[in-house]
Amino acid sequence: MRATFPHRFLPYLLVAPQLAISLIFFYWPAGQALHQSVLREDPFGLKTQFVGLANFRRVLGDPAYLNSVQVTAFFSVATAFLSMAIALVLAVQAEKILRGKGFYRTLMIWPYAVAAAIAGMLWLFLFNPSFGTLAYPLRQMGIAWDPLLNGNQAMALVIGAASWKQISYNFLFFVAGLQAIPKSLIEAAAIDGAGRTRRFWTIVFPLLAPTTFFLLVVNTVYALFDTFGIIHAVTGGGPGKSTETLVYKVYNDGFVNLQLGSSAAQSVILMVIVIALTAFQFRYIERKVHYG
Amino acid sequence: MATVTLQDIRKSYGPTEVIHGVSIDIADGEFVVLVGPSGCGKSTLLRMVAGLESVTSGTLRIGERVVNDLEPAERDIAMVFQNYALYPHMSVRNNLAYGLKNRGFARAEIDRRVAEAAAMLEIAPYLDRKPGQLSGGQRQRVAMGRALVREPAAFLFDEPLSNLDAKLRIQMRVEIRRLQRRVGTTSLYVTHDQIEALTLADRLVVLNGGVVEQIGTPEEVFDRPATIFVAGFIGTPPMNMVPVDWLRGKGELDAVPAAADVVGIRPDDLDLEAPPGSHLTLPATLELLEPAGAESHLYVRLDGLDQPATVRTQGRPALADGARLALHVRPEALHPFVKATGRRA
Repeated sequence: MRATFPHRFLPYLLVAPQLAISLIFFYWPAGQALHQSVLREDPFGLKTQFVGLANFRRVLGDPAYLNSVQVTAFFSVATAFLSMAIALVLAVQAEKILRGKGFYRTLMIWPYAVAAAIAGMLWLFLFNPSFGTLAYPLRQMGIAWDPLLNGNQAMALVIGAASWKQISYNFLFFVAGLQAIPKSLIEAAAIDGAGRTRRFWTIVFPLLAPTTFFLLVVNTVYALFDTFGIIHAVTGGGPGKSTETLVYKVYNDGFVNLQLGSSAAQSVILMVIVIALTAFQFRYIERKVHYG
Repeated sequence: MATVTLQDIRKSYGPTEVIHGVSIDIADGEFVVLVGPSGCGKSTLLRMVAGLESVTSGTLRIGERVVNDLEPAERDIAMVFQNYALYPHMSVRNNLAYGLKNRGFARAEIDRRVAEAAAMLEIAPYLDRKPGQLSGGQRQRVAMGRALVREPAAFLFDEPLSNLDAKLRIQMRVEIRRLQRRVGTTSLYVTHDQIEALTLADRLVVLNGGVVEQIGTPEEVFDRPATIFVAGFIGTPPMNMVPVDWLRGKGELDAVPAAADVVGIRPDDLDLEAPPGSHLTLPATLELLEPAGAESHLYVRLDGLDQPATVRTQGRPALADGARLALHVRPEALHPFVKATGRRA
């Protein structure tokens, strides 16, 4: 169907705000990044020199950068998996509740309204080695809890905080996905002799696949990019470089250390990774997750 | 194969009782249809037999076993759902095999049973398709196949034909009956469609408001309805109800017991021409003549009565609206009822 407009400029006017936002907040900075990634510039912008692909060569040969790739991969997979798995368990449990379902769901959704930096601070205080409420029981259990010095513990902390914040969102989608599965299918499976666990893995989980896959895409992007605030608030990328993800490193190198060329090259690489990842996932969606 | 016995079955949701003590004995291999208007509790009753709803009180037996507290899987029943409830992500073959796999059947036995059911239902060409690629009638067959492969003690059908169009419904109705005769499995079938009920059933159970109104063969229920409700519910167009007092002086009423105060007359039993022998003659005015193919329905107003009555007659009588009629009915065709109790006198 072709829409008709009373005035020939009206359609352009209507899409203008969206175009303006994309231009100002994506295409302009992306173009800037592309431009800067082939330049070498001193921190004060007094001297600029064209260096070709030298920034990229240096970044990709830098052990700190490769470490950051590893940290990012581990952090992203763990965060996406943990937040989705916990959300799914909670959503399945919520289905079983008979009374107070709405109340329980509302409570589950609240953490999503908490800003990233505040969520980070919350976890930081709870697990602060000297006065954290939850650090104390950890100590009592005999764990030498010190995320300020221990890289693995710091990683666990940021993964916990990042997952916790995303559980609400995933929970919401899983609840909706579970509700879309006809009850009679579960009943038919029960009559067909499938126990609770078998019913879940052979009927419910496969039918949730579209939801799960959508969430996988969203959570991967979330873990890669939207967790900057949490990492900044909780560990600042430390101790050492143990929680420095790619996004955090772009910020640190560009805005703290003022290595603008290197930072720009990193953000260009990051852009390529995201485009590739998303394209891969969307092709996968169209091909694999389909039924009905 | 087994008998199914319901003994004073009751169901309550909180303080509200919806099934008020239902007792039915289903013989081995019998096809019993539960029929009633929507909300009469027929589906609830079926789901209680399946184990999808708990039994509040009473005893439910399948074969010799009391199954009140058994899981659906342990009751040895198979169910065909109204929306078929086929697993959309599995091929037809896997839909059929799922119940057998869960019960740990050997691969060869599963293949044999699936092939046999597929042949019987003529779905063999679709075994590798997904349910989404099948038509309504084919899905219906797969749903029946899934019940069939299990070779259960009893089949439970929950309005399985209501999602099909009229033509396919008749075809599948015949097929369900033929199939059930062939395998001889005890069946309990729920429907709100009285034609389906009359054509399929060995015995009918007419339910209303969670109470059994009548149990009997389709002929018994049609020829001798036990209550006013059954008289009105079974048969199309529905039975006409006329006060006994109004009939006095219009012919011989010896066959009507003294206790009866209302009489039911089927639209087919009202004749435009006087039959030989004893009969009553009722004066009426034609309000509307509705031709319906080989037969015609006459909507008439009986003189001195407020409510309209229906007459069914063969052919197309040449009558104009407003014509004066004399309707004739034989005394044997009167169904006497007591209004206060709703029961046959």
